Amino acid sequence: MADEIKVDKTIDIKGQVCPYTFVRSKLAIEKMSLGEVLEIVTDHKPASENVPKSMENEGQKVLKIDQTAEKEWHIYVRKDKEKKK
Amino acid sequence: MEFTEDQILRYSRHILLPEVGGEGQEKLLNAKVVLVGAGGLGSPVGYYLAAAGVGTIGVIDNDRVEISNLQRQIAHNTKRLGVLKAESAKETFETLNHDVNVVMHKERLSSANIKGIIKDYDIVVDGSDNFPTRYLVNDACVMLKKTLISAAVFRFEGQVMSIYPGQGPCYRCLFEVPPPAGMVPSCQEAGILGVVTGVIGTLQATEVVKAILGIGEPLRGKLLLWNALDMSFRTVKVPRNKECPVCGEKPTITELIDYEQFCSMSH
Repeated sequence: MADEIKVDKTIDIKGQVCPYTFVRSKLAIEKMSLGEVLEIVTDHKPASENVPKSMENEGQKVLKIDQTAEKEWHIYVRKDKEKKK
Repeated sequence: MEFTEDQILRYSRHILLPEVGGEGQEKLLNAKVVLVGAGGLGSPVGYYLAAAGVGTIGVIDNDRVEISNLQRQIAHNTKRLGVLKAESAKETFETLNHDVNVVMHKERLSSANIKGIIKDYDIVVDGSDNFPTRYLVNDACVMLKKTLISAAVFRFEGQVMSIYPGQGPCYRCLFEVPPPAGMVPSCQEAGILGVVTGVIGTLQATEVVKAILGIGEPLRGKLLLWNALDMSFRTVKVPRNKECPVCGEKPTITELIDYEQFCSMSH
């Protein structure tokens, strides 16, 4: 399923807990262009819910959340919003 | 820029804010702010700007730390009695955050040196305790078009105004000339509740950070007044004065003025 999504950048943040999961995801997506897709790999269950929620709050589009193992989630986020300069 | 691991952790609570993010934090790290005075106001301003990661903080002060300062000037401490305040502030701010470079200007401001000092900074913060300096700083900022976060404290109250030359009123639009010497109680006899400088200085720091980030509404054309005893905040609209002697349509003040000192602050 995941291979339907074209990923432009992947960050592996396994071992990170909230709020650094979102902090690192946000820093990554800030550097990307509109329309590009960020894949976030986490092993922290709360992050599998909180990171997508926070991304949506900031105007980004969560395309998909895949649980690939008991403790591994892949979150796909498309950059839809640029911060006002 | 790429943040270091420490920076990601240190600034995480900023980065989380939608209005700040990594981009805003980068602006803070690249900003240059100069403090006029490292006293009651300059201490909390510098402290919070250092914590926020404002990359370059200038400190203009030629006084030395005295024990009577320590009731409010939190950048200094008892071990530093007799040390130049600029040096003491540098030590305090850089110890809090190694990302910050504090540039010391160990001199008293005058018409001769002020422009040379402030020209390299984006924002000027007035924490001076006397009218001659207040007017000198205002006029120099108008002439060099520097954003000025002005404030003053007296006993249990304080005021803040942000001056964006060309876009809003300056200090002279509000009070055209300094009061005559002797009309105001001298600094040493007036007294000041220490924490008032903390509140007002922190408000100034807030205005500085907003200005760097370009977020929110600045106190432009507005004078904020705060009274500690009744805990009241009031905001008074201040219009631009077309006839302002320094920022009006036909300025009559085109050179900086050194007013007489009202009382001797430095020893």
